Amino acid sequence: MKKYVQIENVQMVFGTKQGPFIALRDIDLKIDPGEFITLIGHSGCGKSTLLNLIAGLLLPSEGVMLCANREITGPGPDRGVVFQNHSLLPWLTCFENVHLAVERVFGQTESKAQLAQRTNDALELVHLSHAAQKLPHEISGGMKQRVGIARALSMQPKVLLMDEPFGALDALTRAHLQDELMKIVADTKSTVVMVTHDVDEAVLLSDRIVMMTNGPAATIGEILMVDLPKPRNRLALANDAKYHSLRGAVLEFLYQKQARKAA
Amino acid sequence: MMKIRSFFAEHLLPPAIGIGVFILVWSLIAQTGDNLPGPLKTWDSAVILFSDPFYQNGPNDQGIGWNVLASLGRVGIGFGLAALVGIPLGFLIGRVDFLNKMSAPVVSMLRPVSPLAWLPIGLLVFNASNPAAIWVIFISSIWPMIINTAMGVRQLPQDYLNVARVLNLSEWKVFAKILLPATLPYMLTGIRLAIGTAWLVIVAAEMLTGGVGIGFWVWDEWNNLNVEHIIIAIFVVGIVGLLLEMMLIQIAKRFSY
Repeated sequence: MKKYVQIENVQMVFGTKQGPFIALRDIDLKIDPGEFITLIGHSGCGKSTLLNLIAGLLLPSEGVMLCANREITGPGPDRGVVFQNHSLLPWLTCFENVHLAVERVFGQTESKAQLAQRTNDALELVHLSHAAQKLPHEISGGMKQRVGIARALSMQPKVLLMDEPFGALDALTRAHLQDELMKIVADTKSTVVMVTHDVDEAVLLSDRIVMMTNGPAATIGEILMVDLPKPRNRLALANDAKYHSLRGAVLEFLYQKQARKAA
Repeated sequence: MMKIRSFFAEHLLPPAIGIGVFILVWSLIAQTGDNLPGPLKTWDSAVILFSDPFYQNGPNDQGIGWNVLASLGRVGIGFGLAALVGIPLGFLIGRVDFLNKMSAPVVSMLRPVSPLAWLPIGLLVFNASNPAAIWVIFISSIWPMIINTAMGVRQLPQDYLNVARVLNLSEWKVFAKILLPATLPYMLTGIRLAIGTAWLVIVAAEMLTGGVGIGFWVWDEWNNLNVEHIIIAIFVVGIVGLLLEMMLIQIAKRFSY
C-alpha cells in the first residue's frame, strides 16, 4: 500500500550559541493512509520538532521527508496543523478563521457560495455552527480548539497534524473532545499525527504509539501497536485487560526505560 | 434609586469637587492681585466671546471659532502627512531588521529634539509661515507613529505567523488579515500620542508664525493685555485636546481584541 508520510533517516540539528544541538537523529517512520499515530515522550524529546518537520515549518538537516510521494519542502495545505494554543486570529470570527483556510485552498477553483458551504460544513463537523459569527474571545477554550480542528480539516488535508491539541484543556473537556475527534476521524477517514504527553489519550486514540527516547539526540525508542477494536469507548476500555496492558507498556517505557533523571 | 446615588457618589462627585477646588484656588489667587482676572470676570468675558465665535473683521481680528478651526486645520494636515509617511515607514522598519538598525540612530537622535527647533528650517525651506507651522506639526507627530507602528509589527506573535505559514497565505493576505489587524492597536497608540504632541506644539508654533490660529490669538491678546481672553484660550486648548484624546480612545476601543 502507498505510504502517506515517509520519514527516512531524518536528523535535525539546531545551531545554538553553544554550538550545534542535535535534537533528533535516525528517525524512520512510515505512516499509512487512515492511520492514527501519536508521538509520546518526555518534554524536550523532540516530538514537537518531529511534528513541525512533517508540517514543513522546519526543514530536516539530513534525511528525506515525503508526503504522498512528494518531498516536504515547506508548509502546505496537504498537511493541516492544529496548534496547542489554538492560534485563531482574534479579530476574525470563527467563520472567517476557517474561511481563510478554505479560501486559500479552494478559492481558485470554486464559487463563493461553495467556499461558504465548505466553511459551514467544517464548523458543522465540530458542532460549532451556532458559534460561527462569534469572535474567539467569546467562546470557551474547548470550542476554540474545535475551531482550530475545523480550520485544519476544512483544507481537506492528506494528514492532520496536532501538537498537544488538548493539553491546555481541563480533563472533562479534553475527554469530550477526544470522543469527538474519534468520531470525526472515523467519518473523514483522516490520517492523523498527534503529539501528546497523556498516556491515556495515546492509547485511546492511536493505531500506533511512537515512543521517543529522551533528548538530546532523541530518536524513536519503540513503536507500540494498539490493536483495540474501533470504535472505542472509554468506559468499556476502563475494564479492558488489553487496554491496561498497552497502557502499562507505555508507562513502562516512559518511567523505566526512559526514566528522567531528577529534573 | 440606590444605583443612581452610588453612580453619583462614585463618578460625578469626585470630579465636581476637583473642579470646585480648582475654581476656589483660582479665585483666591485672583483676589491677591489686580492682574489676574477671577473666574466670574473670565466667565462674563467668555459669554461675550462665545456669543459670536465666527465673526470676521479682517485677517487679524476673527472669532475664536475661526482661530480654533485654523489650528485644527494645520494639525490635521501636518498630522495626516505624518501618518501617510510614518505608518508605512513604521511597517518597513518593523518588518526589515536591516532598516530597523539603519534608522535607529537617526530616530533616537532626532526624537528628543523639541519640534519648535525645526521651525526655522521650515521657514527657510518653505519661505512662508503657514507651511512652516504644518512642517513643525509633521515633525512632532511622525516619531510616535513610526516607533509605535514598528513596535506593533515586531510584537506580532509567532503563532500568527505560523498560521500564515501553514495556511500558505499570500503576502497580501498576511498583511491584510494578520499584520495590519495585529498592529492596529499599536498604530492607534502612536496616533494618540502624536495628536497629543501636535496639539501641544501648534499653540507654540502659531505664537511664532502668526496668522489666524489659537496660538497666535493668545499672543495677540497678550499684546492687547486682555488676560481674560488668554485664560479662555487656555481652557479652549485644554478642552479641544481632551476631545481629540477621547475621540481616539473611542476609536482604539473598537479595535482592541
